Amino acid sequence: MNAPILTIEHVSKAFGGIQAVQDCTFDVMPGLITGLIGPNGAGKTTIFNLITGFLRADSGSIGLHGSELRGLPPHQVQAAGVIRTFQHLRLWGKMTVLENVLLGCRTPLGESVLTLFLRPGRVRTEEAAARERAMEVLEFFGLSARSAELAEDLAYPEQKLLSMARIFATDAQVLLLDEPTSGLDTDSLAKIVPMVRRLVERGKTVLLIEHNMELIAQLSDEVVFLHEGRVLARGKAEEITRDPALTEIYFGV
Amino acid sequence: MAAYIAHYLVMVGIYSILALSLNLLIGYSGIFSLAHAALYGIGAYASAVAALKLGLGFWGGMLVAASVGALASSLVAIPSLRVAGDYYIVASFGLQMVILTVFVNWTDVTNGHAGLAGIPRPHAFGYAIDNPFKYVVLTLVIGALTYAICHRLTHSAFGRRLRAVRDDEIAALAIGKDVVRAKILIVTISSALGALAGSLYAHYITYINPSSFTLEESIFITSLVILGGTQRLAGPCVGAAILLAVPEALKFLSIPDTIAAPMRQILYGGLLIAFMFLRPEGILGSPHRKKPSAAIQ
Repeated sequence: MNAPILTIEHVSKAFGGIQAVQDCTFDVMPGLITGLIGPNGAGKTTIFNLITGFLRADSGSIGLHGSELRGLPPHQVQAAGVIRTFQHLRLWGKMTVLENVLLGCRTPLGESVLTLFLRPGRVRTEEAAARERAMEVLEFFGLSARSAELAEDLAYPEQKLLSMARIFATDAQVLLLDEPTSGLDTDSLAKIVPMVRRLVERGKTVLLIEHNMELIAQLSDEVVFLHEGRVLARGKAEEITRDPALTEIYFGV
Repeated sequence: MAAYIAHYLVMVGIYSILALSLNLLIGYSGIFSLAHAALYGIGAYASAVAALKLGLGFWGGMLVAASVGALASSLVAIPSLRVAGDYYIVASFGLQMVILTVFVNWTDVTNGHAGLAGIPRPHAFGYAIDNPFKYVVLTLVIGALTYAICHRLTHSAFGRRLRAVRDDEIAALAIGKDVVRAKILIVTISSALGALAGSLYAHYITYINPSSFTLEESIFITSLVILGGTQRLAGPCVGAAILLAVPEALKFLSIPDTIAAPMRQILYGGLLIAFMFLRPEGILGSPHRKKPSAAIQ
């Protein structure tokens, strides 16, 4: 087995008197889908926020390929290779589907004032390449026919796909998906679940938050079970979902 | 009459530059600034002082004006734009008040309320721009240049990033955009362009004093942007053409000055309110109000 790509070691975070994440340790193996599960308030989204730099851990270490991510602002975490989606998607609704994905593509020359005015030729080449890449990504997600529409005009399952498409367009290797299946009906699930698998086939590593216990086994290779901010169990998806003690905590019976 | 129209066109040009540059913030970045008149003033004073005390020519003065404008605003933008939210409105309000106070009280340089007189008319390519007609051409050239700069900035990856920051800052951060840097950069550029308009004004009127660069003036520039429409580059220019025509039209009504001044304020206020209700996206925006039902869905 090769080395983990993302390592979370002894990470803690408190909000005032509430210990949201306590001495959390787990790692994510490259090329796998790791599911982060646990009852409401277990600290799943807090961990996402800690990894991606939206929150700063009180202690512990977050490593990507051995380099430290803790303390980096979100845009630098993304540059290092970890990117996330949001539970509430946060698409740019007034921008087109294509623009949403273009924002994930790297366009450093077009974003710099100097090169924008001094190297128009290179900026044009870069923009054309980015558009081509964005269209490929949309094709991959089955959204290319909608590229000119406003993101807010898409149906909800398509918006979910778009939120994944725009992070897929970045160079980031590790994708953090916050509840990719929430709010979807069975038909839409049948489209999105295999899509997550295809991300891994394209060389990405996925860490996802999931509430639906039935979907966990389908979606993930490994599962980390969180409870009250601690890692309660780790293992293969089948083992965790069949453990009666864990199911009891999860469903509160 | 021809000179009168030429004067109107010069002023429309100057205010178009102001409104275009302010719209980079209001329309394209979602940053609300109340300091634009102060930056306009900085440009006017910087190039006036450069011409009168340092003997710099028009172009050199413009460069000084843009640099000082960019510097002044970045001093406020760098700390205040690090804080999320609408904090910059307050910070820019402070900047406006402080700069105006400096214009009034730094008498060694600005000559206080009395202002600076005798600012030379510019020379361009060895050619004296000494009457309003020639000045129309000069203003048009600099206005077109400003428009081109704004167009390039907004219709590019740079502009796309700005709109992303405007619409959802958290999402922009998450996708890897340096949000703070993008905001500071656009405030600095907008200020430099605003200061350019000040330089153009100082060399045109040849006399400046603090009363041209007050908070009311900032609000006036804001209303040009809102009236014209924030979503199109040309919007603010249309706003300038219309709002500057209002006082000129009032002149033909032979109303005494004591009534005309407050009348003008009432008209501006009334127009702004009417637009908020009837055409919130401005003259060049979409003519239809958003229906409440669309928002509920």
